Amino acid sequence: MASAHEMYQEQILDHYKRPRNKGILDPATFHGKTSNPLCGDEISLYLQVDGADRVSEVRFDGVGCAISQASASMLTEAIRGKGLPDVKALDRDDVLAFLGIPLSAVRLKCALLSLQTLREALGLPGRES
Amino acid sequence: MARAAKVLLNVPSIKKDFPIFERRVRDKPLVYLDSAATSQKPRQVIDATTDYYTRYNANVHRAIYELGEEATREYEGAREKVAAFIGARSATEIIFTKSTTESLNLVAYGWGIKGKLREGDEIVGTVMEHHSNHVPWHFVRDHRGVVLKYAGIDDDGRLRTEDYDELLTKRTKIVTVAHCSNVLGTINPVAEIAKRAHEVGAVCVVDAAQSVPHMPVDVQALDCDFLAFSGHKMLGPTGIGVLYGKASVLEATEPLLGGGEMIREVHLGSAKWNDVPYKFEGGTPNVAGAIGLGAAVDYLSRLGMDAVRSHEIEITEAALERLGRLDGVRLFGLDDPKARAGVVSFTMDAAHPHDIASILDVEGICIRSGHHCAQPLMERFNLPATARASFYVYNDEEDVDRLAAGLAKVQEVFR
Repeated sequence: MASAHEMYQEQILDHYKRPRNKGILDPATFHGKTSNPLCGDEISLYLQVDGADRVSEVRFDGVGCAISQASASMLTEAIRGKGLPDVKALDRDDVLAFLGIPLSAVRLKCALLSLQTLREALGLPGRES
Repeated sequence: MARAAKVLLNVPSIKKDFPIFERRVRDKPLVYLDSAATSQKPRQVIDATTDYYTRYNANVHRAIYELGEEATREYEGAREKVAAFIGARSATEIIFTKSTTESLNLVAYGWGIKGKLREGDEIVGTVMEHHSNHVPWHFVRDHRGVVLKYAGIDDDGRLRTEDYDELLTKRTKIVTVAHCSNVLGTINPVAEIAKRAHEVGAVCVVDAAQSVPHMPVDVQALDCDFLAFSGHKMLGPTGIGVLYGKASVLEATEPLLGGGEMIREVHLGSAKWNDVPYKFEGGTPNVAGAIGLGAAVDYLSRLGMDAVRSHEIEITEAALERLGRLDGVRLFGLDDPKARAGVVSFTMDAAHPHDIASILDVEGICIRSGHHCAQPLMERFNLPATARASFYVYNDEEDVDRLAAGLAKVQEVFR
């Protein structure tokens, strides 16, 4: 079990306090919104895709715990500029690698909420939690 | 009423009765502050259920042999204990269910859906309720076309009883209210609400899940028609709940479960119900659970519910005081600890309730975070979630100190 400081490492807190790509995009090529009804966390994701099938712009919006918000912020950084096939291939292991912290089963749901939103936005099947 | 000088609980001695406190969590001594979700169990309760399974396990009511007689005696003995604990006139007014939720669903189905409600009749609830006292009434609305209305909450967490002036009319058939809020801790004036319900000819249904475990509850003084609570929140096992109903309303209530035990006679195509309360207990009941609940009632009675209540007022007062002193902590509910149960919901500017709970978990402190199955209440206060600490007989001010230290740690991490 991680200590509080291990779980809330500098980079997590940094993304939580200074989220990257926070806001909305209108119009957006893809838009998804999911929530975790258990804790009230909510994440919206907006993607603009250019003619070369690259994610040219990305924003997220939402409320929630440090883990869910930092994970969303990190996810936006990871997908900006990437080709759609690469974005679609992102999975839970990638997200957990960004976070780089051990998580309990309950907190995994927080961590993977943004990935779930991404998959919903792209019309991909299955929940990644 | 004059009360003798405060009767304090001997918490260190009580703690020794709860085997779970012998273990460590996250390599720290356990601080359990989630009794509003479920309580821990004393050895006396664990032993009582084990004793049933090891010494006289048999089905109740039908067996013509000694084990069956013993099991029936203990099961019915538990019913007597519960009846006495809440001041019921007779043990036949006590129905064993699996939970508060099942108890409330039984009323919604047996008195609401299968009862005499007509389209346009009204059910009056409150915004403060747990989901288990909302959703069953949604079922009744959807099946019978009745109208649901709600009393509101003040900013400080008080139930707006003045709303009943407008809400209660001749159309009102059911008034339902939580005795204590599981989020705010607010203790609602149930006796007054039941009286007003009766004035318009309605029955009063009380969700007592957060009150019966924590304070003296007397159904005669409340004069409610139905009262629901759970065993597992009052030191008893999971899977056993209680529905109290006045004898006259129970006669007019239809059973939720059809099956064995609940019938007097069955023919192909027809059946006659058994007497109250057995007509509500279809199927083999949770015998071990009921016996464990009986042992829990014995345990609480031995401590004395006045002492339990005084103890929780003291801890709540200490918690409100300690947490109130921390910067960036927002407390919810009434200021007066005597007006609330041992439940303290709070938020912190620095951190989301989930993060608070995670950091406290690392410190061996169990609290709850989320909407506490009371989303309408959370929406009323425009909150996605709160953190909640709740207290019981095995908590003392040392636990409050650990909680306050844990919250200081949260502030340090999120600085």
